[in-house]
Amino acid sequence: MSDTAGAATQGEHHAHEDHHGPQGLLKYIWSTDHKMIGMQYMFTGMFMAVIGGFMAYVFRMQLAFPGMNVPGFGQVSPGEYNALVTNHGTIMIFWVAMPVLIAAFGNFLIPLMIGADDMVFPRINRLSFQIFFLSAVILLASLFVQGGGFGGAWTAYPPLSAVAEYNQTNLGSSMWLIAVALEFVAFLLGGINFITTLMNSRAPGMKAYDIPLVAWMIVIASILFMLSVGPLIAGAVMLLFDQTLGTGFYDPARGGDPILWQHLFWFFGHPEVYVVLLPAIGVTIEIIATFARKKVFGYKLMLYTTVATGVLSFFVWAHHQFIAGIDPRMANIFTITTLLISVPIAELCFVIIATLYGGSIRLTTPMLWALAFMAEFLIGGVTGIFLGASGADIFFHDTYFVLAHFHYTFFPIAIIGTFAAFTYWFPKMFGKMMNDTLGKIHFWGTVIPFNFIFIPLFILGLGGQHRRIYNYQHFPELAGADMYVLRQIATIALLVMLAFQLVFFFNCIKSWMSGEKAGRNPWKSNTLEWTTESPPPHGNWPVDEMPNVYRGPYEYAHPDREEDYWPQNEPN
Amino acid sequence: MKPIATTRSATGIPTGRLAIWWVLASEVVIFGGLLGSYLMHRLGHPEWANAAAHTNVWFGATNTFVLLTSSFTAVLAHQAAEAGNGKKAAGLLLMTMGGALTFLVIKSIEWTNEIMHGYTITANGFWSFYYTAAGLHGLHVIAGAIVMGFIAFDAYRGRELQRVELIGIYWHFVDVVWIFLFPLLYIAK
Repeated sequence: MSDTAGAATQGEHHAHEDHHGPQGLLKYIWSTDHKMIGMQYMFTGMFMAVIGGFMAYVFRMQLAFPGMNVPGFGQVSPGEYNALVTNHGTIMIFWVAMPVLIAAFGNFLIPLMIGADDMVFPRINRLSFQIFFLSAVILLASLFVQGGGFGGAWTAYPPLSAVAEYNQTNLGSSMWLIAVALEFVAFLLGGINFITTLMNSRAPGMKAYDIPLVAWMIVIASILFMLSVGPLIAGAVMLLFDQTLGTGFYDPARGGDPILWQHLFWFFGHPEVYVVLLPAIGVTIEIIATFARKKVFGYKLMLYTTVATGVLSFFVWAHHQFIAGIDPRMANIFTITTLLISVPIAELCFVIIATLYGGSIRLTTPMLWALAFMAEFLIGGVTGIFLGASGADIFFHDTYFVLAHFHYTFFPIAIIGTFAAFTYWFPKMFGKMMNDTLGKIHFWGTVIPFNFIFIPLFILGLGGQHRRIYNYQHFPELAGADMYVLRQIATIALLVMLAFQLVFFFNCIKSWMSGEKAGRNPWKSNTLEWTTESPPPHGNWPVDEMPNVYRGPYEYAHPDREEDYWPQNEPN
Repeated sequence: MKPIATTRSATGIPTGRLAIWWVLASEVVIFGGLLGSYLMHRLGHPEWANAAAHTNVWFGATNTFVLLTSSFTAVLAHQAAEAGNGKKAAGLLLMTMGGALTFLVIKSIEWTNEIMHGYTITANGFWSFYYTAAGLHGLHVIAGAIVMGFIAFDAYRGRELQRVELIGIYWHFVDVVWIFLFPLLYIAK
């Protein structure tokens, strides 16, 4: 079913051979090359990140300086504020973290790392991006329709999301839902491609334990996504019917149940955390092995731990619903599973630390990002223990403590992990080295302000500051001067962090235009993507030079060899 | 010429078959979520049995028979494709599509009847689930039949015969979903 119209494939591939695919602008729209599609995902994701970042800037300004005329936006009305926070969350998770970490790097890396010339279904891959692009357009359009964008939070709990009289965004909420559903379809198509490619298209000689961990992680993440998103797709159809046809799936007055949506949403929503976490951990382990010049400590341990995390992640979802009126006995069970899942995650951290131990560490820009990922994610993980315990969560729920915890997990994943991957594979993607000094300025300019944004928010959350408030001046006990100071510190730190992103964009353009030529393997790394030209040509390797694999991906500092690395494709 | 990646088979399972099973895995959880939600609600609302009593078991049973028969012709088509007989496979796929069409015609008569009696999707919770679940299934029937048309077209010319098996696997899945829907929506009163 997935590859109908095979006759067209044949014609098209002859065209590829002769003219290297469609020419000019069409090349960018109709290319089936996995690297091009990866780039498309990457740049769409970056564009969306800029929009999501702008939204954060607008509502943080409103929170720190209520009622001010925000430069570049103007006065923020309550409805706009709701739409901004909702779409900030939606964009950053579904249109930034997922497309960049999974779709962009998955597309770029999987075929290169396993020594294939493309994905198994190149045209399904292209379709996946096109649906994704359409979903992004619908989401952005929803912000400008009558009534404004959807403002019921990225979790879209009914009845607020289901009833137009409550949310006041009749069109916006339906468009939001359709955009999210289309995005899921895009990632299902892409995920099937990733999984099948990894299973079937590995280079001759590459056994299961010779696959680089990041490829494993992206594929395991795709499987988790596939198995968790189904119920939410069904739930989204029901919500759409509630919004448009007037059914009562989530309306208790008509036999429905609003908690049903919470179950369906979080049954997906919690595995989703691991869907984006695993690729980031995979990126980190690749970078750390390369720059510690050391074999990964416990390849199989890492892989099995990842699978264990994936399985456990299906049994923790109700820890988001401790105060939704669920049975306290059920809350106990979910507390236990939630605390259990910190065991495999801690194990992953220890594996990374053990890999560093005794290594010959080189603090390049990608290595700094990888180490920062570990350090910052740890804070996110440890604060998660507080929230996973149902007793503590009753106090913390819906405060800024939750918000700060969430950002201490997702910022390392989606931003730090992405920058790690981007700076590490930039030479392969564009054939030029990135400027290291500018890279380090950008690194410190991002990571330090990040902590200054969210540590104050932890303190505010402990002080009882509720999440979903537009203007704290209306709440005397939350409007004290000391609380405003903390809010202002967070906002100013955000401004500093956003300003430092200019360094990144400048560095990208400068390095791309006039950077030092990278050569095939600038980091002296072992995995297959470094054995071809930078950037890799169409088909990745010449047809008669497709690589064979003789060993695992992390043979650094092998005692029998003069060189301290041992590429996977070298016979001896 | 397909990409080298598409022609490799490290697991020994043909790529298309592998992919179609992953498609089914993603579909199982979609229907699983919907039917799980329905079951929880149904158990919590014994009074929905009154609404369920108005469904027509004979329409449902006839459709079950039609779908099962169409799955049988899909198997015969697979057999013909294995033997390299593309023309016969195409003919049998057309018969399967005929089954799909019959199913949809019966379904629309049944729905028209119910809607005329006031049992619309907004009538109550049972009818909401009834139309949503059967409607989602119906969309799968339509999508499968359309793709089957493309595959039959190719098979008739002796091309891409392996796809006859793949659409067959998908068709059996559509069939199995109905096997779950029929007792849950029609028989349980």
